[in-house]
Amino acid sequence: MRNSVKPSGRWLLHMIVFLSCCFSATVFSQETETSPEAGTTSVGATAANADNEATSQPEFDVLVKELTQGSLPARAQTAKKLAAFEDERVANVINALQQGTLYATKDENPLVAIVDEAGIYTDAINGEKITGGTEEFKRVPINNSMRSQLRTLLAQLNLTHKDASIRLDAVNRMIADGVDEDSISLLKNLQKAESDNGVRSAIESAVALFNLHSDDQQLRLGAIQVLKDSLQQEVRTALSNVAANDADEKVKHQAQLAIKAIDSSIAKYRFAENIFFGLSLGSVLLLSAIGLSITFGVMGVINMAHGELMMIGAYVTWVVQQIFPNQIAYSLAIAIPAAFIVAGLVGIAIERGVIRFLYGRPLETLLATFGISLILQQAARSIFSPLNRAVELPVWMSGSLQINPVLSITYNRLYILIFGLLVFFALLVILKKTTLGLKVRAVSQNRAMARAVGVRATWVDAMTFGLGSGIAGIAGVALSQLTNVGPNLGQAYIIDSFMVVVFGGVGNLWGTLVGAMGLGIINKFLEPYAGAVLAKVLVLVLLILFIQKRPKGIFPQKGRAAAD
Amino acid sequence: MLTQRLLLSDRGGMIVLGLVLATMILVPICNLLVPETSALHISTFTVTLLGKFLCYALLALSVDLIWGYCGILSLGHGAFFALGGYAMGMYLMRQIGPRGQYGDPILPDFMVFLNWKELPWYWQGFDMFWFALLMIIVVPGILAFVFGWLAFRSRVTGVYFSIITQALTYALLLAFFRNEMGFGGNNGLTDFKDILGFPIAASGTRISLFLASGFMLILAYIACRYIVTSRMGKVIVSIRDAETRTRFCGYKVESYKLWLFVFSAILAGIAGALYVPQVGIINPGEFSPLNSIELVVWVATGGRGTLFGAIVGAFTVNYGKTVFTSYSPETWLFALGALFVIVTLVLPKGLVGLFNRTKKAASKQNPGNPPPGNPAPATAPSVTPNMGTSTENFISAETPVIAAVKEPV
Amino acid sequence: MNIFSHKRYSMGQKDPNFGAPLDTTHRTILYVEGVTVSFDGFRALNNLNLYIDEGELRCIIGPNGAGKTTMMDVITGKTKPDEGSVYFGQQINLLELSEHQIARGGIGRKFQKPTIFEALSVYENLELATAADKRVWWTLSQQLNSAQKYRIDEVLLQIGLAEHRYKNAGSLSHGQKQWLEIGMLLMQNPRVLLVDEPVAGMTGEETEKTAELLLSLAGEHSVIVVEHDMKFVRSIARKVTVLHQGSVLTEGTMDQVQNDPKVIEVYLGE
Repeated sequence: MRNSVKPSGRWLLHMIVFLSCCFSATVFSQETETSPEAGTTSVGATAANADNEATSQPEFDVLVKELTQGSLPARAQTAKKLAAFEDERVANVINALQQGTLYATKDENPLVAIVDEAGIYTDAINGEKITGGTEEFKRVPINNSMRSQLRTLLAQLNLTHKDASIRLDAVNRMIADGVDEDSISLLKNLQKAESDNGVRSAIESAVALFNLHSDDQQLRLGAIQVLKDSLQQEVRTALSNVAANDADEKVKHQAQLAIKAIDSSIAKYRFAENIFFGLSLGSVLLLSAIGLSITFGVMGVINMAHGELMMIGAYVTWVVQQIFPNQIAYSLAIAIPAAFIVAGLVGIAIERGVIRFLYGRPLETLLATFGISLILQQAARSIFSPLNRAVELPVWMSGSLQINPVLSITYNRLYILIFGLLVFFALLVILKKTTLGLKVRAVSQNRAMARAVGVRATWVDAMTFGLGSGIAGIAGVALSQLTNVGPNLGQAYIIDSFMVVVFGGVGNLWGTLVGAMGLGIINKFLEPYAGAVLAKVLVLVLLILFIQKRPKGIFPQKGRAAAD
Repeated sequence: MLTQRLLLSDRGGMIVLGLVLATMILVPICNLLVPETSALHISTFTVTLLGKFLCYALLALSVDLIWGYCGILSLGHGAFFALGGYAMGMYLMRQIGPRGQYGDPILPDFMVFLNWKELPWYWQGFDMFWFALLMIIVVPGILAFVFGWLAFRSRVTGVYFSIITQALTYALLLAFFRNEMGFGGNNGLTDFKDILGFPIAASGTRISLFLASGFMLILAYIACRYIVTSRMGKVIVSIRDAETRTRFCGYKVESYKLWLFVFSAILAGIAGALYVPQVGIINPGEFSPLNSIELVVWVATGGRGTLFGAIVGAFTVNYGKTVFTSYSPETWLFALGALFVIVTLVLPKGLVGLFNRTKKAASKQNPGNPPPGNPAPATAPSVTPNMGTSTENFISAETPVIAAVKEPV
Repeated sequence: MNIFSHKRYSMGQKDPNFGAPLDTTHRTILYVEGVTVSFDGFRALNNLNLYIDEGELRCIIGPNGAGKTTMMDVITGKTKPDEGSVYFGQQINLLELSEHQIARGGIGRKFQKPTIFEALSVYENLELATAADKRVWWTLSQQLNSAQKYRIDEVLLQIGLAEHRYKNAGSLSHGQKQWLEIGMLLMQNPRVLLVDEPVAGMTGEETEKTAELLLSLAGEHSVIVVEHDMKFVRSIARKVTVLHQGSVLTEGTMDQVQNDPKVIEVYLGE
């Protein structure tokens, strides 16, 4: 668990790291400024812990050892004392004792160990692995009354933890385990002192959950009012229990209303989740389609090897991680520009070597580039083996942003969504504001005239194709963060990307954006009803029907240029 | 007169058809009559292989008809081939009867395995051969009709059409992989026992299937030849070269494309139906976009726009594939990829074009006098700019002269 | 939203009855009234009104972007206008018909860039354009009858390509291609001919011959010529229409038009 920063703060930190990586190529100095900052937080935290340990070392040792010896009541007292310690290890030890995984030797000065599921013994005091003589260890015995006392202690320990998110976890776990008399009184005591709003409302839910079973009708009604905003599964179960079995009709009715309210807000969040998944899929489609949109839309070249250029980008990420295995967190900062350059160069080679001989013959271009895609795929198979390679996810990209019990957003998808939009707007700026962009647009509109005013059309062709291919490479980097890298990576996306371009309207970047997001969302909304495969089939059918209505996509090119 | 138009004027076609006929006579003799010990004996395995090639040739012919002549590049023709194959496969499945592993008299094994209780409605009737034959034509035909109608009426052309056809076969691939579809899912249809009462693996049956494929290929060739030499054929070539002009000449371009597409799809379906009993299996892999695009390369290699070129291409590439894959499977994809590039860059008219070029270079014949009565099929515009004006014959409309020129046949 | 209601390229329409004689009671064969076409807010045609008489030779001139080609697109069914009506004779509403129906009905069009079937011979080009049943199943078995062959010979002479009849159309000179295209229009027995820039890229001699050809066609057909070459226009024009910014600026004889101050302003600038 890495819950050391509050969600919002953590998110910000991630943003900073992420942005710095995105812009590393251009603003490298900025990146070096931020990263040590990000580093110091964790270094500082460990240092603080070390201080703590130094002072409490002897006492903790003694108490843990005492815990394994003597009469049960005496040990119960020791446990209480131990719980008062501010030490990370305390929770582990008490937890192990309660679970029956705390083992000790029968010596004067016993060794105490925690045994995990795999049967590995770890010293409870210094955290080292114990390899030899494990048969000497015996389980530390406890009885029922001590077990419940320990549970309370453990909960208390976490409930009074200085980190609000751990306190919140503890309360939620209590809700999940079921609340009893003891824990409620404990919670009620804590409620007054609680400073964090989230924790306080969680405690309120816990209390209300308990009150649901009280004999007082008013108390039950009040509890329902409190609970109707909760999204936790246990709350819904408890409420539906009340709605079905409560003796009082009014309570029953209120409970039903509350369930309805909960269901509707769950539906709302599910909807939001679907939108997010749709946008996430859309961002992947966007990344793979914008490169295509340039080569296909601006240059009129069908590049069937586009998917393989993405594959190259993904392999570049993998190779970068192999070269710098200890710098996973920053590997993307190298991989993105590297993938852009490698894929871009391959693209330029394809353009110079094959495509330029085929301008004006789109069907032949399609076939030739398909041949290239076969060669590239087979080359990847020969060089990297046909097996899939797993690209490691940097720590700052793993995990998820838990918004509430129903809705959580994984960081990698979120970043890729943002990244896709960044690339999109960067490209938009390149095409609108730079000379290269101006030349590209000029050549795409009227090749002969552009050449007449001194634009080197062949150079522009190569550069445009390189740009489109480079973006495919970047898309490959993003994809490698979502799926495994393999020779067939590109194929899975190529048809979808073409669909996006056709759907959005050729030669229109905004159309590509809307097309990608639209197709992504439609796909994700169809999936729950039709299943993933059928959803894909349905989308294809819908697209074919859509073309009936709008043969040139959402944003068709109009005017003279559009005619033939 | 018709034979003149269809065959005699088509020398390449005559040669290729002659070769096909010769194999059709020799192979059965060498397989059935020549003893196995003889060097001239042809194994049943080779017969099947050749039968497969004939089906591929038929498939290539169907693609050439729409791509070479009408300029419609379908990257989904494998789908029609597979659908024809599935229709035949369903008949063969029903023929198994109670001989399946689970011994169910009606349900194919995979349905018993999936715990299905009765035959789905779309499997009804496939126990009858005539019904299966009908479906082999109707199913690909209807799909092509609906799809083509939607695509052509909204004027989806060129690469757009290619991509959408690719999406079509991709969608079918995904759909047929599903067990719920009732076509055997991943494994497809296999373990066939007999066809029309004859054991499917017997040499005699294999020879018959081989001959049927050959006859079908010849029949289809003549039908295609009839189309391309008719006025419809000229309209089709015109659509390829100047679609708008054709439309402004009063031709409903969409209808021409549609009917040609449907006809081509039916040919592909028949090819699939002949293919399945020979290889003994049909599975969703046949729908894979790679298959469809590969068969386009057969046509391109042979030479599109000449019907016999498609047959030559199908045989050449598939023979190459057989040799390559037995030698080293990895190199095949490299070779195939290179073939795509080389054919488009260096050999736009394929092997037939290469052959013609060398022949022309050898004889240095002046192509100035086109043979009368031969509407030279789809030779690409030879760019010989002749800017000299010929105004001597400019005779105004008031004096129409009936010139004593030979009428073209 | 019924996607099948999309009428534009519908394949199921019945051809109108072109067999019946065209109703031209008021001598006018083509009515273009209040036609507006816009692309992305830009008005290519702006409330255009144009009337063509039977057998008339009309020249249409105007600076670039005046809407000349768009006007032809509207008449031949390539572009559907946002507003307005286009009638062929008194009865036939051209806006309801698709391109091939309009072509069958007797409106032929020559494009700015010569478009012929380059892979076919000159003779085959004309054969394909011949007025005949052009439905799919008919073309599969159709042969030319003697009247049609006679007509092809006639047109070959008319356009001066009689001796090139077996030549590959792709190998013709630029001027010959233009004439072949006009010949193809003639094979359709059109009532109205739309000719877009017929002499662009032609030599002086070719231009002269083209003028002769077009003049010979007027009378039997209505001919609308769009052209930039003023000398050429002057040599054939009886009535000239000047288009500007998508509508008619003025109409009249060449002299009237050339002396019109509005026209001078448009052509020479303020």
